[in-house]
Amino acid sequence: MIRRPSQSHIHGWLLLMPAAVFLIAFTYYPTIATLAKSFFSQGNAIKPSRFVGLENYEYLLTDEVFWKVVGNNIIYAATTIPISIGLAMVMALWVNGKLPFKSLARMSYFTPTILPMIAVANIWLFFYTPDIGLIDQVAGVFGISGHNWLGDPDTVLGCIIIITIWKEAGFFMIFYLAALQTLSPELEEAAKLEGAGRWYYFRRVIFPLLMPTTLFVLINAIINSFKLVDQLFILTKGGPDNSSSLLLYYIYEVAFSFLDQAYASTLTVVLLIALAVIAISQFVFLDKKVHYQ
Amino acid sequence: MSAIELCNISKRWGDSFAVTDVSFKVEQGTFAVLLGPSGCGKSTTLRMISGLEDVSEGKLLIGDTDMTTARPAQRNLSMVFQSYALFPHLNVKENILFGLKVRKIPIAEQEQRLARVAELVGLAELLLRKPAQLSGGQRQRVALARAFIAENPICLMDEPLSNLDAKLRHDMRIEIRALQQRLKMTVVYVTHDQAEAMSMADKVILIKKGQIEQEGTPDELYNKPATTFAAAFIGTPPMNLLDITKMGTLPPLLAEPTSSAILGIRPENIRIVDAGGIPARLISADYLGADTVITARIGTQELQVRTPGRVSVPEPYNARLQWQKEDVHLFDPSSGKRNDTIKATDF
Repeated sequence: MIRRPSQSHIHGWLLLMPAAVFLIAFTYYPTIATLAKSFFSQGNAIKPSRFVGLENYEYLLTDEVFWKVVGNNIIYAATTIPISIGLAMVMALWVNGKLPFKSLARMSYFTPTILPMIAVANIWLFFYTPDIGLIDQVAGVFGISGHNWLGDPDTVLGCIIIITIWKEAGFFMIFYLAALQTLSPELEEAAKLEGAGRWYYFRRVIFPLLMPTTLFVLINAIINSFKLVDQLFILTKGGPDNSSSLLLYYIYEVAFSFLDQAYASTLTVVLLIALAVIAISQFVFLDKKVHYQ
Repeated sequence: MSAIELCNISKRWGDSFAVTDVSFKVEQGTFAVLLGPSGCGKSTTLRMISGLEDVSEGKLLIGDTDMTTARPAQRNLSMVFQSYALFPHLNVKENILFGLKVRKIPIAEQEQRLARVAELVGLAELLLRKPAQLSGGQRQRVALARAFIAENPICLMDEPLSNLDAKLRHDMRIEIRALQQRLKMTVVYVTHDQAEAMSMADKVILIKKGQIEQEGTPDELYNKPATTFAAAFIGTPPMNLLDITKMGTLPPLLAEPTSSAILGIRPENIRIVDAGGIPARLISADYLGADTVITARIGTQELQVRTPGRVSVPEPYNARLQWQKEDVHLFDPSSGKRNDTIKATDF
């Protein structure tokens, strides 16, 4: 049976339909609606919403909390991403080697990943609690007085960063471990015969061969650094004085606590643009440096 | 001075021995082949020479220096791996130069040596390609180039041709042998393919279950197999090993009556004759082009006969087979060892 082209086109579109409907309804439409909303003012019972052009964006530029939150997010990303990736790589190299209780070590590194962020936050709340928390109790043994880790604007962001690294490194380790296990042991033997030391072998062979994994993990880590804010709900609610608030948490606050959906949309658009720029630059700059098998 | 000498070397994994009490010498500039079936310990032996595997017992001398516990890089040897072990992210040039860069050889000398080696193995056009863009044979050449550029006196090869197709394998066999002779290298080569061993080796070390079964030139292994194992391992098809007690009533095959013996006769030494000889039944034929391998039966003993040209056996029929006493090898049935005290006779 020979089908006319138009008929197969219809079949093709019908097959794509279910996925397309969901994609449009839950991704493209909300994105465009958000973009549109960011050009309108927030309406209420007395004042209906009206077109204000770039007014929301002008406000954003002068919003001190926004800049504070952006600064926090940059610090948060700049520390959690490299440290958790580096740690993941070191852990993977370690548990990939000859090691007694290897499975146990792998499992304990991976456990933080399977815990929900809310549970993780609760565990760390126990560590950070002033005076009765684990950290202060241990410090007390050495005569160091208690400290309100989460209540001090100087330490709170650091505390959040440590939790995130603790949770993320094990997850990234799994990807590195999987990649390391695809490397033929003969490569290491060949290098060893040539007299290459462990560091030389890592630098010239393992690290470049792990680049595809690093790129994948890096993208995930960047997305997570904007996306993962669950711990803030339990631990700090962005405080004190917004010193632990991150961009997504601020958007949540603006939208659902301050009920200013127009401004929340504006913030969301900024976040989307930032993520898009990061994604594009990764593909443009990093892709050339990555060797794919 | 031998290039490599193994003295009573053993390799143990827990309680089981992979290699037991192996001793042999490889002279300077010779091509030695470690031959044996899979899992016989030949690769383990090679890896112990390279230092990638520890020696459990015994002593290893390389160029008269005790290298039993030396690190692989100190042993001044190169190795070609079965999977080639090329670095997939580096191009051909970088792969070949890897070892020289580790040892910080001056750039000018690197380039000079690279040019020479690339020319030698025929890779000059492909230096900027990645391994994934090469054919199996070309990858093999890169692996060889990487081994040769170090200019080490010894090169170890672990089944380097097993991933190539039959035609290419044959070409590479000739080429590797020619390169070895030209560069006057000492090569220890592991293979399970007896044809490879026979065509390339100066010396074959036949290994069975971690022990040396026979050591000698290909000629010695073919013409004077020390055991039934060696007899059955060498040759295509291998030697027929017949239990004389199970061959039915025949004219005497041995010079003096012996109660039991294993009679070994190579398929190529048996002729089908019209008269004389001994009666046999031809079962089937396997046509190979230049010759035909016929499966026959004498008594309950099955044997193979290699005969020139094309012979077809559409259905079993009776025929007569003959061989000469000089071509007969006799083995002790219980130990499997060669027994030259009993003699065969013509019939």
